[in-house]
Amino acid sequence: MSDSSHRPKSARRIVAALFITCGIGVLLDFLFLSESFDKHALFEWENWPGFYAVYGFVACVLLVLVSKYVLRPLVMRDEDYYDE
Amino acid sequence: MMSNPLPPQFIILLGGLLIPFLKGKARLVYMLALPAFAFFNYLSLEEGIYWTSSFMNFELVFGRVDKISLIFINVFIIVTAIAVIYNSHVKERLEHFSGFLYAGSAMGVILAGDLITFFVFWELLTVGAAFLILVRKSATSMGAALRYLLVHVLGGLILLAGIILHINETGSAAFTAIGLDSVASYLIFFGFGVNCAWPILHSWLSDSYPESTVGGIVFMATFTTKAAIYALMRGFPGEPSLIWIGVGMATFPIFYAVIENDLRRVLAYSLINQVGFMVVGIGIGTGLSMNGSAAHVYSDILFKGLLFMSVGAVMHQTGGKAKATELGGLFRCMPFTGVCCIIGAASISAFPLFSGFVSKSIIMTAAAEGHHAIVWLALLFASAGVFHHAGIKIPFFVFFSHDSGIRVKEAPMNMRIAMGITAVACIAIGIFPNQTIYPLLPFDAPAYHPYTFAHIMAQSLLLLFSALAFTLLLTGGIYPAEIRSVNIDSDWFYRKGGKWAYILFDRTLNSLNAVAHKLLIAGTVSKLCQIAKEGPAYILTALLTPIWELSGTPPDQREKLRESLNENIQNGVFPIGITACLSVVLLGILFFF
Repeated sequence: MSDSSHRPKSARRIVAALFITCGIGVLLDFLFLSESFDKHALFEWENWPGFYAVYGFVACVLLVLVSKYVLRPLVMRDEDYYDE
Repeated sequence: MMSNPLPPQFIILLGGLLIPFLKGKARLVYMLALPAFAFFNYLSLEEGIYWTSSFMNFELVFGRVDKISLIFINVFIIVTAIAVIYNSHVKERLEHFSGFLYAGSAMGVILAGDLITFFVFWELLTVGAAFLILVRKSATSMGAALRYLLVHVLGGLILLAGIILHINETGSAAFTAIGLDSVASYLIFFGFGVNCAWPILHSWLSDSYPESTVGGIVFMATFTTKAAIYALMRGFPGEPSLIWIGVGMATFPIFYAVIENDLRRVLAYSLINQVGFMVVGIGIGTGLSMNGSAAHVYSDILFKGLLFMSVGAVMHQTGGKAKATELGGLFRCMPFTGVCCIIGAASISAFPLFSGFVSKSIIMTAAAEGHHAIVWLALLFASAGVFHHAGIKIPFFVFFSHDSGIRVKEAPMNMRIAMGITAVACIAIGIFPNQTIYPLLPFDAPAYHPYTFAHIMAQSLLLLFSALAFTLLLTGGIYPAEIRSVNIDSDWFYRKGGKWAYILFDRTLNSLNAVAHKLLIAGTVSKLCQIAKEGPAYILTALLTPIWELSGTPPDQREKLRESLNENIQNGVFPIGITACLSVVLLGILFFF
């Protein structure tokens, strides 16, 4: 979990590429706002621009935070817990 | 086309009996020939009822062939062949035999047309799986196998009780849609649920699968849960409670997967997560949703098998290391395995062009069409989560992340062939669903088109921003560090709870026992003995004393007489005269009454 400047060049390139792709993705999603494009949406929120992006991001952050700060303190034990 | 196809389950089961007697190349050729021959017979199967016999007035059906059983048999035979290739370096005969026992029983479950046949194969499944854990021959695997057996025997007994009640109520053993309307049906439902790894009942899976052999887990990831999906599809299609059971399966295990260190256990949790999608599909119960479940069974077996195979290959090469804390930076040593792992990860995450994309989305669409908004949102959360914990975590911590310093060779050729075939299948299904799995889908539903621009955009955005979240959490130091640990799950109740129950029973029952001993054995019984021993002497002495008094026997002689009488009674010896006299009295009593 070190500072990103200590990471190898390839890793930083991959992260940069990810940022750019995410940006392009959101831009494309906003372009779909035009009424002429049918998204085949079955729920209203599927038409909100950036819905999937925000949902994916928030879902993963929540998943990690709940796992780390709620579940882990409750359930984590030493590796030999069951061997005693 | 053959006119009389042979039952595939017996080709695998009976054919498997010969495996222990073969060695080396001959065994490999034979073990590949069996699934090939089974598949050849599968191809000539046409819909209908085959191979029936009767048992106690019930018709046993070993071959109910319809579109539902055909798609399961298809993928079961294919994965058996793949697992044979992957395991071909293994020398242990029992492991190969157990794999075939397991696979053949699974096919038997699928083709069973009545509940009696179904139950027999269902129990054989458990035996085959338990052996695949046992053959690892470690203390932990021994414990895991025993727990596996206990849980499944309990589930099996509940199922058996349900089946007997059901047959008694309906008068028929036929395995058709059961529907939840009686005690019998609830018992059957619950029995299926144990094998399906429903929430709380699931811990046998995450407990035992990571303890199986490197190759055995490929079989395990395929058969038990998918046979249970088949059983639910037959018995309880459209049962609404399955929707919420499935949502629970799809969501809760992923939290465990995020903090789990053993990567095969991470995959076990994500297996439950994927099976959850299938259960939701059965619960919704429309043609589209059930097709989605069937399609997802097919693609899940392949991509989950691929992920287990790639982690297993790493385990095999590194001498048993499968924990995130022990691995890392292996891509340079094992690039082929790494690429296969990434393909499996992309497939389970449902990236466009990979198999999960064309199968999972059918269930999502069916949920949306049924206006199950919360279910849909929960499944979307699970979709983002599965990418997070299986799609990124597995390849990242094994092949990238920090350099663990491990330098090993690439996986052996047989493993690479097996992984390569499976990886190609995952991509082929993803790109050409209409030429691969869609024609096999069993239920009537409007054609599904996964590759709309909106769907590709939606799924790509979801996954891209999940990846972004992972990257930011990791570089920000928030992502939970991998820690050598165990996380307690519902198996705690019978692993720790078992010990506590032991202590509880030890304290209560043993102290009860001590009290009972003191009162009964030491107290009452010895008193009874004493009475039996001394009572007659006491009575006789009491009777004789007045006679001696009257007859004027002197006191010192009386004392002597009493002592000899006591001795005689306690030793059970009497002068013959007394015995004869008493016998006459007894005979007299018998004669007169």
